[in-house]
Amino acid sequence: MTKPLLTVKDLTMRFGGLVAVDKFSFEVQAGHITAIIGPNGAGKTTAFNCITGFYKPSGGSIALHHPSRGDFSLETMEDHKISRIAKVARTFQNIRLFGGMTVLENLMISQHNELMRASMFSIAGIFGLPSYRRAEKEAIEKSMAWLKRIGIADKADDAAAALPYGQQRKLEIVRALCTDPVLLCLDEPAAGLNPKESDDLGVFLREIRDKDHVGILLIEHDMSVVMEISDHIVVLDYGRKISDGTPALVRNDAAVIKAYLGVDE
Amino acid sequence: MDYLAQQLINGLTLGSIYGLIAIGYTMVYGIIGMINFAHGDVFMVGSFVSLICILLFGITGSTDIVIGIGILMIVAVIAMAISGVYGWTIERLAYRPLRGSFRLAPLITAIGVSIFLQNFVQETQGARVKPLQALFAGGFTLHEGTEFTVRITYMQILIVLLTIALMAGFSLLISRTSLGRAQRACEQDLKMTQLLGIDVDRTISMTFVIGAMLAAVAGLMYLLYYGVIDFFIGFSAGVKAFTAAVLGGIGSLPGAMIGGVLIGLIEVLFAAYFSSEYKDVAAFSMLIIVLIFMPQGLLGRPEIEKV
Repeated sequence: MTKPLLTVKDLTMRFGGLVAVDKFSFEVQAGHITAIIGPNGAGKTTAFNCITGFYKPSGGSIALHHPSRGDFSLETMEDHKISRIAKVARTFQNIRLFGGMTVLENLMISQHNELMRASMFSIAGIFGLPSYRRAEKEAIEKSMAWLKRIGIADKADDAAAALPYGQQRKLEIVRALCTDPVLLCLDEPAAGLNPKESDDLGVFLREIRDKDHVGILLIEHDMSVVMEISDHIVVLDYGRKISDGTPALVRNDAAVIKAYLGVDE
Repeated sequence: MDYLAQQLINGLTLGSIYGLIAIGYTMVYGIIGMINFAHGDVFMVGSFVSLICILLFGITGSTDIVIGIGILMIVAVIAMAISGVYGWTIERLAYRPLRGSFRLAPLITAIGVSIFLQNFVQETQGARVKPLQALFAGGFTLHEGTEFTVRITYMQILIVLLTIALMAGFSLLISRTSLGRAQRACEQDLKMTQLLGIDVDRTISMTFVIGAMLAAVAGLMYLLYYGVIDFFIGFSAGVKAFTAAVLGGIGSLPGAMIGGVLIGLIEVLFAAYFSSEYKDVAAFSMLIIVLIFMPQGLLGRPEIEKV
C-alpha cells in the first residue's frame, strides 16, 4: 500500500483546561475525498486549524507526504510555508475572499511566489519587462482556465464581493487550488448553498479529485453531500474519534447514531 | 492675482514633499493598522544622508545643471538605499516583536524609535543647523507684473517633476506588480494572505522599506528647497505629513498624495495672507478639524469594526 498523503497521529489541542481535540488519529489517502463529521463542538474545525497551521497543536504529529517533495511535519511549520512548501491549501467556514479586489486578482494572489520570482522583486514588474509579462500572462491564463471551469470567466474583472454567494464559495476553492496544492482542506464548503448548488459542488469536488489528483479533506454538515462524495469518513465527538471507515460503514455504526441522535435509556 | 499664483506654486512644491512622506504613513497604517511615528525621523535621516553625499560629491552652485541633476539622482538613490535599510531595521527590531500585542505597544515603541533617531543624529552630526548653498539658483519668470513677478525656480520644477515620477512609479508598483497585489491583500485579510503561501512578514518589511525610500527622496527635496536642515526637522514635517495622510483618508494612497498637496497649499497660503509665524498652527488646526468633523478623511473608508 502506498504511503498516505496525510497521517495525523495522536493530535491533541488544549485551550486552558478544555481539551478540544483528544488523541485524534486518522489518515488521508492520495486521490481520496476524506470527510470529518461530528456534532457541533466536536472539535472538527480545531483539528483543521492544527493541520493548516492556524493553531499550533498541544501534542501529536501531523505528517504530510508530498509525492515529489518528500515528507513534512506540519505541526512545526510556519503557516505560510505549509501552503508554499508543503502545498496544503484551505478555505474557511465563512467566506474570506479579498472582497475589494477583482475575481482575477484573488486568483493571482495565490500565485504570488512564482510571480515574485519572475519580477525580480518587483523591479521588472514596475517597468513591465518581458520576463515578468510572460510570467504574468501564464498566471492569468491559469486563473482564467479555473474561472472557466466554474463558469464565471465573464466576471473576471468584477469585484469579488459582488459575486453571488454560491460563486464566492467556488471562487474560494479555486483560489486555494491556484496554489497547486496536493491536499485541499475545505471547512464546510456547502454551508449556505441551496440543494442545486450543493450538487454542483459535489460534482466539482469529484472532478478535482479525479482530474487534478488533489486529495481533499473536508468538514461538512450536509450529510447528503458527505455520503455522496466521500471515499472515507472520520467521525469526531467530544474531541475523540468514534468511527472511521467508508460511508456505508459509518452510516450504520451504532456509536455514530448515538452521537447524532442519542439513544433511548 | 500674481501673488496668489506665486503662492500656489510654492504650496504645490511643499505639498509634493509632504505627499511623499504621507505615503509612508498611510501604507503602514493600511497594512498593520499602526501609526509609524518614527517615519518623520526616517525622512530626517534621508535628508542628512543626502547632505553628506552632496558635500562628498562636491556639487556647488556653479556646477553645470545637467551634471548637477545627474549627480543628485545618484544622491537620491544612495539616500533611498540607506533610508530603506533604516526602515527595514526599525520594523524588524522595534515593531515586529510587538505585532499581536496590544494596540498601544507599537505606538509607544514608535515614539521611542523617533526619539532615538533624533538623538542619534544629534550626537553624530551635531546639534547645529546644517546649511547647504543654493544649487541651480535660476528659474523662469512666468509673468512680469507691475508690483509682483511670478517665478518658478528650476528647483521647484525638479521637485514637482520628481514627485510626479515617483508617485507614478509607486502607483504602478501597487496596481500592477505582484508585490503590490500582495500588499493590497494583506490590507484586507492578513491571515488569509498568509494561508495562501505569502510571506506576510516580508511583505510588511517591504512596505516599510518602500515608505522609507519615498521619505528619503522627500528629505533630499527638503534639503534642496530650504537649504538648511537639523536633527529636528523630522518632527514637524512628520506631523504635517501625518496630517496630510489623515486629511486624505488614512489607508488611502491617492488620499495621501492629495492630502499632501492640500496641506502644502494651506500652510503656504496661511503664511502668505495671515502670519508666517503661525503657519504650523494652520496645518495642525487642520488635523484637529479633520479628526473632529471628517475622521475618515477625503478618500478614506469609514471605519468598520472587525469581528
